[in-house]
Amino acid sequence: MDTIILLTLTGLGLAALYFLVASGLSLVFGLADVLNFAHGLFLGVGAYATWWAAGNLPGAGPDGLGFVVAVAFGVAAGTLMAVLVELVLIRPLYSRTIEQVLVTVGLSLAGVALLQATWGADARPFPRPEWTRQVTSILGAQVPNGGLLLIIAAVLVLAAILAFLQWTRYGLIIRAGVENREMVTALGIDVRKAFTLVFAIGGAAAALAGALGSVYFGTVSPQQGGSLLIFAFIVVVIGGMGSVVGSAYAAVAVGLLQQFVNYYGTSGLGDICVVALLAVVLLLRPQGIAGKVATA
Amino acid sequence: MTEPVLTVEDLSVRIAGLHILQGVSFTVAPTGVTVLLGRNGVGKTTTLRAIVGLTPRNGEVRGTVRMSTRSLLEQPTHRLVRGGLGYVPEDRCVFAGLTVAENLRLAERRGTTAAYDRVFALFPELDRRSRQRAGSLSGGQQQMLAIGRVLLNDNQLLLVDEPTKGLAPKVVTEVAEVLERVAESVPVLLVEQNLAVVRRLAHDAVVLAAGRVAWTGDAQELLSATALTKSLLGVGSAQGEHHGAGTEPGAPASTPGPAREDGS
Repeated sequence: MDTIILLTLTGLGLAALYFLVASGLSLVFGLADVLNFAHGLFLGVGAYATWWAAGNLPGAGPDGLGFVVAVAFGVAAGTLMAVLVELVLIRPLYSRTIEQVLVTVGLSLAGVALLQATWGADARPFPRPEWTRQVTSILGAQVPNGGLLLIIAAVLVLAAILAFLQWTRYGLIIRAGVENREMVTALGIDVRKAFTLVFAIGGAAAALAGALGSVYFGTVSPQQGGSLLIFAFIVVVIGGMGSVVGSAYAAVAVGLLQQFVNYYGTSGLGDICVVALLAVVLLLRPQGIAGKVATA
Repeated sequence: MTEPVLTVEDLSVRIAGLHILQGVSFTVAPTGVTVLLGRNGVGKTTTLRAIVGLTPRNGEVRGTVRMSTRSLLEQPTHRLVRGGLGYVPEDRCVFAGLTVAENLRLAERRGTTAAYDRVFALFPELDRRSRQRAGSLSGGQQQMLAIGRVLLNDNQLLLVDEPTKGLAPKVVTEVAEVLERVAESVPVLLVEQNLAVVRRLAHDAVVLAAGRVAWTGDAQELLSATALTKSLLGVGSAQGEHHGAGTEPGAPASTPGPAREDGS
């Protein structure tokens, strides 16, 4: 029984990581129709900025309030990066899908190369609070605190995004824009501001995933963003483009499936099952769990 | 003569290689309803969408469109709408996942007071159904929401695209009544297939055929001339029914109207 609980909670930790990356990706695609292959770079920037801040930024450190400051710095760096990418590279290319893909893939490759050139290709130990290295006993299962931290962060981010979408003017614009972007502009709203905002939200969530994911794994590496991005895309497609709640459901399904199959089957079989799940969803419900057929 | 509220000159639109509008010119009077007529696929909706800046990215627009003295074609849609150009699209386009209240709230603008009193006076049902999802409204209620959304702000001109399309006869009458009341305070450029509605509302008419203006003049005069109506619209005006038949939207009409492009 404790094995089931451990697998469930570590699976949910993985799901939390996927959700943090996928939620922004889903909003960006749902609203702006941008397939952002550079989203993994926001995660990498967040992770490295947190790692750098913990060792160099005054007031920041690997423990206590200093760690919070370091993570806040990482999230700010990822957010800034996302906003700059939207304003400088994506904005001139709206409705030009092929160019968007080329630019974001190129940026992703260049970003990883830059991180490698600056800090090396090998994974580096990530400074993290001592308590995140420990485990908590839950119904007999020894669950890593780093995973629990990810779950708590993902739940808070989900609640914050839903509250933002439900209760703010820009949230309303984003929900409407995911349904019919053209009609939003026909009501006198400059939807481009909402595009920048969803990039900022996505960048912040991905950077947080980078920082807390590095805490969970104990290391930071330039390739981290790219490998997580593949599963984040799968989560977005299964959940439905533009649906944050759909991304949450899909992330849980993918995380648990991966964890259980990898444990009870052979290592790597979980990844194959996730791709099979994607294929089944695409065949039976192409718009995803909670996705809508997009217009305009 | 009073200055027109909208002047369209030599408007041409190409979309994906199709030359849909070919030098369309007409004006919209500063009061009442001007109706844009024509068979299916002659470019009526394309004309409205070009005026409000919603031509697809793969489209090309040429010509001049002025509202009062302001040139419109160079400006983005949201700025045109904020400048007083209201647009009610074909098929309503309400946000199905949002409530009625949220659909209306989207149309509110910073720095101005939203005219909820005006909207709820015209459509009391929207007030009663404010917490209902727009996607669960009937077609007529959705049309009222689409019109109400635009009336929340003051406009210099309303572009209304086929507001009675797909509605039950009783609802068509209600929508026509509302548009009649709206047109008392703001000019309307209306695309409409229902000739009974046109007869009730329109002062002026512009008839398009194969992407060109085939006739302009007094709407009642057009509708009283059965032979002319039949040649331009493919249906006798006395029938009072929907006109237009056959061709796909965006494609040139198979039977162009008389080539009299007086365009004034």
